[in-house]
Amino acid sequence: MSRAQGWRRAIAPATIAIACALPFLLSNFRLFQFTQVGIYAIALLGLNILTGYNGQISLGHGAFYALGAYTTAIMIDKWNVAYGWTIPVAGLLCLAVGFLFGIPALRLEGLYLALATFALALAVPQILKYFEHWTGGSQGIVLSKPDPPRGLGLSPDQWLYFVTLGVVVVLFVLGANLLRGRTGRAIVAIRDNPIAAQAMGVNGALYKSLTFGVSAAYTGVAGALSALAIAFVAPDAFNVFLSITFLVGIVIGGLASISGAIFGALFIQFVPNWAQEISKAAPWAIYGIFLIVFMYVMPRGIAGSLRLAWTRLARVGGTGRTG
Amino acid sequence: MEIFVQQVVSGLATGGIYGSVALALVMIYQATDVVNFAQGEMAMFSTYLAWSMLNAGVPYWAAFFATLAVAFVGGLLIERVVIRPVENAPVLTVVIVCIGLLVIFNSVAGWLYSYIQKPFPSPFPEKPFKIGDVFFGAHDLGALGVTLLVLLFLYVFFRYTTLGLAMRAAAQNPVSSRLCGIRVGWMLALGWGFAALVGAVAGMMIAPIVFLDPNMMSGILIYAFASATLGGFTSPGGAVLGGLIVGVVENLVGTYVRFIGTELKLTVALAMILIVLLVRPSGLFGRATVHRV
Repeated sequence: MSRAQGWRRAIAPATIAIACALPFLLSNFRLFQFTQVGIYAIALLGLNILTGYNGQISLGHGAFYALGAYTTAIMIDKWNVAYGWTIPVAGLLCLAVGFLFGIPALRLEGLYLALATFALALAVPQILKYFEHWTGGSQGIVLSKPDPPRGLGLSPDQWLYFVTLGVVVVLFVLGANLLRGRTGRAIVAIRDNPIAAQAMGVNGALYKSLTFGVSAAYTGVAGALSALAIAFVAPDAFNVFLSITFLVGIVIGGLASISGAIFGALFIQFVPNWAQEISKAAPWAIYGIFLIVFMYVMPRGIAGSLRLAWTRLARVGGTGRTG
Repeated sequence: MEIFVQQVVSGLATGGIYGSVALALVMIYQATDVVNFAQGEMAMFSTYLAWSMLNAGVPYWAAFFATLAVAFVGGLLIERVVIRPVENAPVLTVVIVCIGLLVIFNSVAGWLYSYIQKPFPSPFPEKPFKIGDVFFGAHDLGALGVTLLVLLFLYVFFRYTTLGLAMRAAAQNPVSSRLCGIRVGWMLALGWGFAALVGAVAGMMIAPIVFLDPNMMSGILIYAFASATLGGFTSPGGAVLGGLIVGVVENLVGTYVRFIGTELKLTVALAMILIVLLVRPSGLFGRATVHRV
């Protein structure tokens, strides 16, 4: 194993170690922001599996995020279910709904799929307001933050952060395994050349709808966590811009890259705040300029640029040793 | 029956507006294969320019055509300056750049002109007129007429002029077009210019109805997407017709289907589009793309 590979292996444990230290270094508000980063990272990984790896563009993942969030909120509010159980339920429900939505989506390609999912995202706030009996209408549902287990000496914010971090680690490991193996190769093959993939015996329709389901499940789990973290759900939080923000996140972070989800999550969480600090008058103009400049400098996203830089560095290092 | 006709007429009027923005979207898509998310905000910004001119005492039609000229040049410049550097990047990168443009235009308009709604004059008489028992708003009819006029102009331009032919060629087969001596890069820029121009017309026709404010296009852009999807992204006529269909169906469903009312109007319009797409995946009038294996 070369030295470069050794360094590369150390990245994931080092990141987790830093992430574990954060709660003891940051204020509660900052920590809440990082909880949010973790939640976004899960949602972005979900969308990236679908859009980056499988090539199906979705502008509607805000809908699955909303579905996950409302599943958790309704289960806690109406049926007093313990919050821990609501997260897998939200994931499974989104898996089923995503799979079912993926079947008609098979007929649509590229732009038309993007716009069909966009329609889904648009309809969400209206539908949520319509079923007032369940969702509390425009008022939404107020929850209380989950209590940390006694004896650990953690504040609710710190506990929530660790719960999120745990889910992030589990889902990222599962995602990486899924994408590395036979299934992952099939998913990517469908993106690159659907006909050739079919010829090699990949069941295109099944894989595409399954990918849709898995992607929706990730986003749903993220939504469920966000309902716990914010302790409040309301229809207008799940507007179209949420879905667009997710898309911005995966493209800025890097398509078809697992670490890209984390970079993208950091971007969509912190850059709007910086823009606000730079210009109070027109913060979104600054954000827009950020977006455009980012795309000029790194057309393949942060992860793509890092990968490129890494290969160049490794090549330089390699020739240095042999020559 | 009167209510029915009245609803159809007002549906056609709003539908014409959706159609005109959809037309601009289809223009850019045909010329460059990009769905321009900033289309609505570009139109909104042009309308503000027109408002500034009108406020300074310029007569309506002078301001109208001056705005069209500025929008055309602006669209051209945006393609040259902002889009060109990412021309060869993945499609999603271009989409993100367009989203960047969207938030910039929106934010700058709010900054320059504030978020307070402003009335915008209509060039058509105010008084509605009556045929039988049905009222027609003069502005509604005028706006629909202008949209159809723009459509006719585009049709003639693309069908019968050399430049139009060159633009179509550049979009369909850039490499061969370049070999024939067509400057493909400039054709793309022209496409953006024309789309900005069509958008500006739409903006100035919409503003008298919805009032002028930086967010006026966000709702309409969504319906425009729906219209273009319904009609097919490869067909300008289809986009306008799609707009009219969406407008009418939305109105009728809101009026006649009780449990839907006005709350779920948008949802129904969108569901309708999904159903159409499932039956005809490239829209009602779109060409299905054939892949070479």
